[in-house]
Amino acid sequence: MPVQVLFGQLLLGLINGSFYALLSLGLAVIFGMLNVINFAHGAFYMVGAFLAWMALTYLGVNYWAALVLVPIVVAILGMIVERTMIARLAQLDHLYSLLLTFGLALMIQGVFRNFYGVSGLPYSIPGELAGGINLGFMFLPNYRAWVIVASIVVCTGTWLLIDKTRLGAYLRAATENPVLVGAFGINVPRLITLTYGFGVGLAALAGVLAAPIYSVNPDMGADLIIIVFAVVVIGGMGSILGAIATGFGLGIIEGLTKTFYPQGSSVVIFVIMAIVLLVKPAGLFGKVA
Amino acid sequence: MSAPADDRTEASTTPVATSDGRHHAVVFVALLALLCIAPFVLYPVFLMSVLCFALFASALNLLLGYNGLLSFGHAAFFGTASYVAAYAAKDWNLTPELAILLGTTAAAVLGTAIGALSIRRQGIYFAMVTLAFAQMVYFVALQAPFTGGENGIQAVPRGRLFGLVGLDNDLTLYFVVLAIVGCSLLLIYRIIHSPFGQVLKAIRDNEARAVSMGYKTNRYKLAVFVMSATLAGLAGATKALVFQLASLTDAHWSMSGEVVLMTLLGGMGTVFGPLVGAATVVTMQNYFAGFGAWVTVIQGAIFVVAVLLFREGIVGVLSRWIRKPL
Amino acid sequence: MQLRLVLATAAVALLSAAPALAIDVKIGVLNDRSGVYADLSGEGSVIAAQMAVDDFKAADKGINVSIVSADHQNKPDIASSIARQWYDQDGVDAIFDVPTSSAALAVSQVTKEKNKVFIDSGAGSTDIVGKSCSPNTILWTYDTYALANGTARTLLKQGKSSWFFITADYAFGQALERDTAAIVKNLGGTVTGDVKYPFPGSDFSSYLLQAQGSGAQIIGLANAGGDTVNTVKQAAEFGITKGGQSLAALLVFITDVHAMGLETAQGLLVTSAFYWDRDDGTRAFAKAFAAKNNGKMPTMVQAGVYASVLDYLKAVDATKGKDSKAVLDWMKANPTDDPLFGKGSILANGRVLHDMYLYQVKSPAESKGAWDYFKLVDTIPAKDAFQTVEQSGCTLG
Repeated sequence: MPVQVLFGQLLLGLINGSFYALLSLGLAVIFGMLNVINFAHGAFYMVGAFLAWMALTYLGVNYWAALVLVPIVVAILGMIVERTMIARLAQLDHLYSLLLTFGLALMIQGVFRNFYGVSGLPYSIPGELAGGINLGFMFLPNYRAWVIVASIVVCTGTWLLIDKTRLGAYLRAATENPVLVGAFGINVPRLITLTYGFGVGLAALAGVLAAPIYSVNPDMGADLIIIVFAVVVIGGMGSILGAIATGFGLGIIEGLTKTFYPQGSSVVIFVIMAIVLLVKPAGLFGKVA
Repeated sequence: MSAPADDRTEASTTPVATSDGRHHAVVFVALLALLCIAPFVLYPVFLMSVLCFALFASALNLLLGYNGLLSFGHAAFFGTASYVAAYAAKDWNLTPELAILLGTTAAAVLGTAIGALSIRRQGIYFAMVTLAFAQMVYFVALQAPFTGGENGIQAVPRGRLFGLVGLDNDLTLYFVVLAIVGCSLLLIYRIIHSPFGQVLKAIRDNEARAVSMGYKTNRYKLAVFVMSATLAGLAGATKALVFQLASLTDAHWSMSGEVVLMTLLGGMGTVFGPLVGAATVVTMQNYFAGFGAWVTVIQGAIFVVAVLLFREGIVGVLSRWIRKPL
Repeated sequence: MQLRLVLATAAVALLSAAPALAIDVKIGVLNDRSGVYADLSGEGSVIAAQMAVDDFKAADKGINVSIVSADHQNKPDIASSIARQWYDQDGVDAIFDVPTSSAALAVSQVTKEKNKVFIDSGAGSTDIVGKSCSPNTILWTYDTYALANGTARTLLKQGKSSWFFITADYAFGQALERDTAAIVKNLGGTVTGDVKYPFPGSDFSSYLLQAQGSGAQIIGLANAGGDTVNTVKQAAEFGITKGGQSLAALLVFITDVHAMGLETAQGLLVTSAFYWDRDDGTRAFAKAFAAKNNGKMPTMVQAGVYASVLDYLKAVDATKGKDSKAVLDWMKANPTDDPLFGKGSILANGRVLHDMYLYQVKSPAESKGAWDYFKLVDTIPAKDAFQTVEQSGCTLG
């Protein structure tokens, strides 16, 4: 294996890792604050990509506007879902919310399949980011470079928001002891709703970023969600930094597997997950078992 | 599920639940009578499919409903047994009962291995670990040379039972399947209502208390995991002979999801729930096949409605009406 | 005496006015209605089957045809259980379409067991008419050998002799790679390497980079549907073609080109059994079809369903019955002839021989509008397009 090819593969792994990081970040935020395993995360990612396509096709809204608007729309949808359904399961076992969101994911995917088929819809790369740079060892499309940058910025921003700001402190406190935080005059249910909206908004953002790279199709989320779950579990459920680091790290490991044993690339993450859970039950970055 | 806050837990711990099995016997006999007449009215292959899934769901229910462990990877056992049985019947020309036995044994062995590793974790982690192992089994099913990859193992001969009775006739096979499934369900019933079953329920409701009472809960959990895996394997092996086919679908994670749906819909922790759930889901898939992708939407909607409105499942609701556990 | 004569005349008149004998035929269109192949088969195939029934004027000939359809979700187990139920319960006489090779093999198996008729249009593995052939199965439209033969032969003639394969790691992808590699090697070319990825894939950049690193002139894509679309798009993004390498997508449907857009797809070589804009006959069919299918033009699979239903009904009409063996024998004994595939014949192993065509995807400038995508490069005559019975490995001979 020439060194050039290896560098290329590492970089590609990083690009995939960007998506894993964004998606697992959203999942981790939701799990950390709501104790909800959001199986519908992949579906919201797909909805994000679809809304970007629909906005462009039906309304002429360009990529950059979609990048801002779509996550907001999806966040609102997510908040409605949280208010009307997930909130009702708050007092029950986590497994119920897992089953509920699993059902939601099936429904959302099915509806899009019915209306748009599964061949995939094309979404072009915005003109500003067309072309690429020749790095010597590979040709890096500008758009992919932008994905890495965008992902790192958003991930860092979210981590800072939750770990370093007052709002983040409220959130973390509300997870620990909702009654006490409520007594301080903070509307805990609203905080939770906003968190869920924020988490699925991140998924939608990843969807918009993905639209020009992968074809926009109803199954794009289903293919990804199981992997992203594994990423979150490996990182440690609820650990923000863990989710980000594991997302990028596993993207790279998967990229290497694709080079040396491509058939195994779909299973390598699960092998790692099983090992991690058996050796370090709380995940690489988790605090308690 | 560990200590859910609905009234199902209370219902199953009321003294009536354990002391009076007479109405269970009545339901069993009625069901058996119904199933003996059914193949003359309905399509036998469809009924056999319902029976296999009923057994599969009951196997999961043993683990989920009575021990509170949600496995998201039960397709691994179903699929493995199905492949092994199909291979044994086709390539080694074994008789059907030996093929099924071999498939079931394979599931039991796999169940012991996966169970021993998985039961060290709880709740959501347990679900995820089982899912991870199931993905690995799926990977093997896809890659190993003997599984036929995407094609699966096709044209599996149904063979002659004990080398004597030909099973090519759907009706003959139906009664064999009915016997297998019926006996397995009775076995599950016995397990649930044995002292062992009582300990399982105690662990489900409060594991810490069970530990403090001196039970080695991990042993119980492993035992029930292996039983559940074995019975799931029996269902898979039987299905392979009925459809003369073992395929990737049997090992895919959506199969694990489907069997959870059946159990949830019918009623977790009830004796007859998984049967009703399996019958409902299989019927729906069968008769709504013409609606295309809407089947997925309907399935998803059922999940959502079941979780939001009747977590006790169909049989759970019925059992509340008649004030008797079913 | 007079009365008798009148009665007799009346009886004769009645008999000749009414169709000779009413035959009820039930055909099943079994395909993917919700998954990756829904657009290239799906509801469109049902429309095509219905058009064949209407165009044949079956009712006037005393054949009452009813059509049922179902979704096999590309899974062999679902396909086989639906086929079984159709034959056992619903009185279906013949099954059509069935894309996805694994599902097709399963249906072929059940059809043989129940002695019915199965005419496949959507699947492509040569095994269907090769080592797993069945006297009850006919493969109408294309197969992996024909695809490989069409595309690879032309490229090798152009001097593109070193190949690297990106292969979907399942039965169809492997068969496609195997058949193409055999032709490449036969004609003196070399295969520098291959990468088998888990199906379905979404990110192909890693494989494309490996292909680029191999230095091969041609990157052969042994995959289908959405995977092909994504590979081609990503190859454009990574500037693979600008670097001097060419892509050879071995199976491309017109719906795939539609999904990629001409900007991305231009220049691709496409081996196809059918293109709607080939002649007056295909245009007339396509126009009527598109009117019923939301303006979408027919794919070769849907065209194959039309042609195969037509031929089946001809056989039912000619044999005055629907006895499976009689119908199949008639079909194999008589030449096929329809407006979409022209004249052809059916081999003993069930392989239908008809002309295949090599097209190139037009550039956006060349295209005169929606669905104007292909220009003809070469016609491969029926006798050269497919394997012979001996080559296929089928023992039915």
